[in-house]
Amino acid sequence: MRCHQTYTSTSATTFKDRSCEAGKERQTTTLLEADDVRRAITRIAHEIVERDRDLSALAIVGIRARGDALAARIQAAIRANEGVDVPLGAIDITLYRDDLTRIGYAPVVRESEIPFSVDGRVVVLVDDVLFTGRTIRAAMDALVDYGRPRAIRLAVLVDRGHRELPIRADFVGKNVPTAAGDDVRVHLAEVDGRDEVEVVTRVPA
Amino acid sequence: MKWSRRHVLDTDDWSRDEIETVLDQTRAMIEILQRPIRRAPPLRGRTVILFFAEASTRTRVSFELAAKALSADVTNITASGSSVEKGESLYDTVRTLEALGGDVVVMRHASSGAPYFVAERTHAAVINAGDGWHAHPTQGLLDAYTLRDALGDLDGKRVVIVGDVLHSRVARSDINTLIPLGARVTLSGPPTLIPTAWRCGQLPPGVTYESDLDRALDGADAVIALRLQRERQESGLLPSLREYSRVWGLAAERVARMRPGAPVMHPGPMNEGVEIDAGVAHGSRSLIEKQVTNGVAVRMALLYLLAATVPLEERG
Repeated sequence: MRCHQTYTSTSATTFKDRSCEAGKERQTTTLLEADDVRRAITRIAHEIVERDRDLSALAIVGIRARGDALAARIQAAIRANEGVDVPLGAIDITLYRDDLTRIGYAPVVRESEIPFSVDGRVVVLVDDVLFTGRTIRAAMDALVDYGRPRAIRLAVLVDRGHRELPIRADFVGKNVPTAAGDDVRVHLAEVDGRDEVEVVTRVPA
Repeated sequence: MKWSRRHVLDTDDWSRDEIETVLDQTRAMIEILQRPIRRAPPLRGRTVILFFAEASTRTRVSFELAAKALSADVTNITASGSSVEKGESLYDTVRTLEALGGDVVVMRHASSGAPYFVAERTHAAVINAGDGWHAHPTQGLLDAYTLRDALGDLDGKRVVIVGDVLHSRVARSDINTLIPLGARVTLSGPPTLIPTAWRCGQLPPGVTYESDLDRALDGADAVIALRLQRERQESGLLPSLREYSRVWGLAAERVARMRPGAPVMHPGPMNEGVEIDAGVAHGSRSLIEKQVTNGVAVRMALLYLLAATVPLEERG
């Protein structure tokens, strides 16, 4: 079997073939604990507001399945700090993936929810891990089917490098140098019952 | 669950999981149809061939819109004006379809079982859009979706299907989809238009026959009226359309016997004033227009599951 690692492995809509890792030792390190995750989200929320003072034109859109949970937290942080409810949306990128024919099964398409017009807005896309950039490319293609935002920005909890497309994040919780074969796992209370970011490193046996 | 079917020929052997997978995907597809740009890219570069050897407008248009909403190329082959009318055999038509290199063949045919014949002889995925009296699986799925959307969980819900059950592929496909989802089905209609075995009590599990429509409707959760083909009267199965309408037609006072707000459905095209009154067809309980829009989304879900992930080098 081929081993594809183009999408971040922690998102439920993504694929990773682990069969090629059989027989290797693994070492798990915690990158961010619950308090670190909370502080990173608060800081990103402040940075978003500093960058675009006009909160009336702002919207936050999370990429399913963990970016949407993070987006909701960032929106709540902006509400707590500024007293403003920024429009919140969630986007599923499955139909926009460029590897549908390579993964061997049909991933579940979930409903996108963009309950506001994106025309003229500054839309902040939110995802858990920025890796190859392919998920973000798909999300931008999906987003422009809803209209023409004035700008699209990107916020991620972890940037682990290894981009395959010319994409960068505007707001980053933590930059983490990784090897291409590492596995960055984001756990969020809404999905996984706890907040933690780990990296699983393969150690040659 | 992982989708493993290559064709959609009949839903009679589908599990509840498979049906629910399609219905869940349908919900996501409906959202796409509500966007300013009603198009997503998963079938870019794929060809969907619509092969309709029997008259149909709404089903064909529904499949065409579904395929286009997923960015597929669509080609139509209809019986009239094509080589089918000039006497080409179904086998030769299949060879032609194969040579054209379609990824999906959507077919309607007057002969029950014709899609099975084609599926065995092509690399394409085949979707049955109605074959004779046998099956119309996408109608069954869209009816199940529409009912689930209106009623919530179908477990224990009772759905009445009234009319010409004997000649109805819609009735059979509705039963095959609703029963695995936990619903019960009450059939009603003139005894001459109910399969003999079913009329005599040899019914599939979960299905009953009630010869009195008013009794069938008492306390029901929904009703589906079937289209009455006018030629049934000419063939002596019915005394008159007026009598049919009086005894089996969905009139307002009949529909009121169901639970409050219980919905009314019809696969279309309707004979208003025969199997359904205009007031009921266009009234507040009617989900008939919803069925049409949901139909596009159900077909998108199936096209996605059957064709989006097949490697391009493995086809044709």
